[in-house]
Amino acid sequence: MEQVSNIVVQPADKDKIRGIWKVALYLAIITFIEYVFAFTMAKGMLLNVIFVSLTIVKAFFIVSEFMHLGHEVKGLIYSIILPMMFVIWLIQALVNMEGSAIKSARGIQDANTPAAAVEHVDDGH
Amino acid sequence: MSTTATAINESKSVWGGGKSPFKASYGKLMMWFFLLSDAFTFSGLLIAYAFIRFSASAYKGPVEDFTFSTEYWPIPEKVYEAFPGLHGVEAPLMFVGLMTFILILSSVTMVLAVEAGQRMDKKNVVKWMLWTIIGGIAFLACQAWEWNHFINGTDIATIGDVVINGMWVNNHEIHGAGLTFNQYGPPAFAALFFFITGFHGFHVFSGVVINVITFFNAANGMYERRGHYEMIEKVGLYWHFVDLVWVFVFTFFYLI
Repeated sequence: MEQVSNIVVQPADKDKIRGIWKVALYLAIITFIEYVFAFTMAKGMLLNVIFVSLTIVKAFFIVSEFMHLGHEVKGLIYSIILPMMFVIWLIQALVNMEGSAIKSARGIQDANTPAAAVEHVDDGH
Repeated sequence: MSTTATAINESKSVWGGGKSPFKASYGKLMMWFFLLSDAFTFSGLLIAYAFIRFSASAYKGPVEDFTFSTEYWPIPEKVYEAFPGLHGVEAPLMFVGLMTFILILSSVTMVLAVEAGQRMDKKNVVKWMLWTIIGGIAFLACQAWEWNHFINGTDIATIGDVVINGMWVNNHEIHGAGLTFNQYGPPAFAALFFFITGFHGFHVFSGVVINVITFFNAANGMYERRGHYEMIEKVGLYWHFVDLVWVFVFTFFYLI
């Protein structure tokens, strides 16, 4: 087998590798916490806010450490993060406000049973 | 970085050439901007999903009494509760938890490949790239099983009014999910599931293909001859992005 002679393999940095596994552990722990919330808390807006917040924490770890963005030049960090922050603002506006506004404008009701939903029980709105 | 460049840079300006803006190579910077644009695409899909979901009728009764109906949006843990080999056993969100775990692990092995590449450690790059490919294929296999289960459905049919060949059919027994209607909830539920997890799955598939190519290039010593393993870093960025998107898909589809 042909070998390139001038290649020097540097020894592995133990701390760096430990750091990588530590981030993986954080991600696993946050996912586990999400599961605990999913099975113990009642459904609702508070739970959704908790899920999205924990997701953003996970996204931070992946982007900052795995994708190494946290160690790049400031200009590069902002050129990626700022547009995404505006998109998250847009998501907030569209999902929270527009979604429920359209729902009430169309007179869509929540239901207890399939039958109740089929008959479109109108309790005087 | 290149020692063979002969052009002499006379300008002191950053834009005079010879310097990398943001201290990142051209390829890496363009990969970042591609990923940003891809993030916009996925944001659009998730906005559509959340908008339709929050403007649809919701189930407001107790979780224990929940049954599937085409009239309201399903509770996700009631839909995704199957596990391979455990027929009839309720294992809510366990299989998707396994998929998340597999994808996060393959992301870790990718970071380890990038780290080995920075040390010119060909042996370890090849080893960790192989593990990343195995992780990616395992994830795709899991998704294939999940889709299969989702399409075929559960033993108990849901009764609902549906449109078949342009005609309303009342009290139709619905098994599983198709593109026009499904047993779990409103038609849009399955359509969005197919589109968004399918789009993500296609990204994973592309990532696996790119990983296989770079794996062979690394094993054949192409990057060693080139003098750097930057291609592994660029592919790594893409692969982490796929993992990142899954984190969001997981939250929006399976938790909320």
